[in-house]
Amino acid sequence: MAQMTMIQAITNALQTELKNDEDVLVFGEDVGQNGGVFRATEGLQEEFGEERVFDTPLAESGIIGMAVGMSTQGVRPVPEIQFFGFVFEAMDAVSGQAARFRYRSGGRWHAPITIRSPFGGGVHTPELHADSLEGLFAQQPGLKVVIPSGPYDAKGLLIQSIRDNDPVIFLEHMKLYRSFREEVPEEEYTLELGKAETKREGKDITLIAYGAMVHAALKAAEELEEENIQAEVIDLRTIAPIDVDTIIESVKKTSRAVVIQEAQRKAGIAASIVSEIQERAILHLEAPVLRVTAPDTVYPFSEAEEIWLPNHKDIVEKAKESINF
Amino acid sequence: MIQILDENGKIVDEDNVPDLSDDDLVELMKRMVYTRVLDQRSIALNRQGRLGFYAPTAGQEASQLGSHYALEKDDFILPAYRDVPQLIWHGLPLYQAFLFSRGHFHGNQMPDDVNALSPQIIIGAQITQAAGVAVGMKKKGKENVAITYTGDGGASQGDFYEGINFAGAYQAPAIFVVQNNQFAISVPVDKQSAANTISQKAAAAGIPGFLVDGMDVLAVYQVTKEARERAINGDGPTLIETMTYRYGPHTMAGDDPTRYRTDDMDDDWEKKDPIVRFRKYLEEKDLWSEDQENAVVEKAKEEIKAAVKKADKYDKMKVTDLMENMYEELPANLQEQMEEYKEKESK
Repeated sequence: MAQMTMIQAITNALQTELKNDEDVLVFGEDVGQNGGVFRATEGLQEEFGEERVFDTPLAESGIIGMAVGMSTQGVRPVPEIQFFGFVFEAMDAVSGQAARFRYRSGGRWHAPITIRSPFGGGVHTPELHADSLEGLFAQQPGLKVVIPSGPYDAKGLLIQSIRDNDPVIFLEHMKLYRSFREEVPEEEYTLELGKAETKREGKDITLIAYGAMVHAALKAAEELEEENIQAEVIDLRTIAPIDVDTIIESVKKTSRAVVIQEAQRKAGIAASIVSEIQERAILHLEAPVLRVTAPDTVYPFSEAEEIWLPNHKDIVEKAKESINF
Repeated sequence: MIQILDENGKIVDEDNVPDLSDDDLVELMKRMVYTRVLDQRSIALNRQGRLGFYAPTAGQEASQLGSHYALEKDDFILPAYRDVPQLIWHGLPLYQAFLFSRGHFHGNQMPDDVNALSPQIIIGAQITQAAGVAVGMKKKGKENVAITYTGDGGASQGDFYEGINFAGAYQAPAIFVVQNNQFAISVPVDKQSAANTISQKAAAAGIPGFLVDGMDVLAVYQVTKEARERAINGDGPTLIETMTYRYGPHTMAGDDPTRYRTDDMDDDWEKKDPIVRFRKYLEEKDLWSEDQENAVVEKAKEEIKAAVKKADKYDKMKVTDLMENMYEELPANLQEQMEEYKEKESK
């Protein structure tokens, strides 16, 4: 075991898979000699060579389009989109092509691609770096979307994503890259995609979150405990597909739920979680399922992040609203 | 413009005449005639409602089949929506091509020995993917090429530039063919770009570009063959622009070419018909006769008839089939929906 930050755990997962499978190729803008703009691929080109870890021209559509084509040749591409706000350049390659590759060929071809990309607010990035766009991809049949909230999950989920034979979008929250360390096994391990984890047990209300909001929800749960409210915190870990079973089981126990996301209210995936709960557990509910989200504006100018991004106080407030309904 | 055979079937460039046997020349002619019949029959079948989406190919036989004839079986084709003939000659059974037209997934299930994707509808997507297939081949040490096709309009897409530029940056074994048939639906090529040729766009990627008479099957074959040799020798990709023409509409989905082009223009291009000039060339060499041509026409008609029948008999799709093709392992939401639809389908 070693103490690792999330970025170290990600590098470690990439290294593990580059070692395990010679068909794994890591590529993107500045991921080679430079080791990535966040050092996620630090040392990998040195260890595995330019044939395995290499830079690309600056063109996101070209990067993902190339990954799709490569898939036909028995390689396992792990491309990087430098910031997820740039994914619009590659929307067709991701949603129009990679996601549909198996289906459109009736299984003759498939795309074992893992697209890694940083996103997320709270670190004062310039425009279109921090936007939460996971909702766009959660809507695309054929994709899986994974969002780890810490180092241990990041490693196990990334290894599993790379091994998956269908395209996975692996989103890395920038604020979580180096914000804390965690015990991470040096050896390989995997975590199943599509499975949530209950990060804190509780009996009074279910808080459902992913990404950086998991930590806000845990902090909110601590504050709620001071008022004798026991919150259960579920970290989705995969937002497409959603682990409906874990959510429903918890809601049936607590009878109340708040869904928390960093994305705007009209974006993200909170609305579909609310729908699943009302379809499957309405008779267990003591209050409407509420959402904590960002406002429906464009992602804020960086000086406005603190007043705009949802935080633990917003979660405490919504949880009490539910309790007092 | 590179030309080997003129409109009268005369060799105009002795030095570049491809090294093709008499059998090869006859085979090329057979394929072009067959494909012309396939186009005529496909239009008729579409009008009868027995085919769905169809993009006519008449006029482009030299461009499509001359370039394809320069390939090997293990080369990989990334066609656009008009490039079904190349797939058929690469090994896609005709009934599957018809199922593609109708909108059945089996039409896209390339047989295991057919290295190709099904026709790409998103104009330009095949070009970045071709770069990827070629880079993948290079990484795997294969001695093969990826070939992809687009039209004159397609050369305005961002993915066109990205694809040729990526292939150039990695010196990947790719051949990019732009079939310039003068029109992107109703928009003439001079509205696409101020560039005099599309082949000169290769300069932006730093790769060789060639402008070829796309109605001349020998010229298209020869230029593609040379591009293939460069590619497998590690000398990178090539952009080939074939000057060609589609005699029919853009697609059979209601496009009316009389709205945007004149009879004069059609007449001019009909004089350049790739089959007419190649027929003259072969007849001159005593390699082709009317009887031979009639035999090909009859064979084509019979095979088309049989293929339509086979397509008719193929199992209808079920929703559960569509679900099965989504992922290797179905996620929970689809497992649940699979049960629902199995129930519905069992009734």
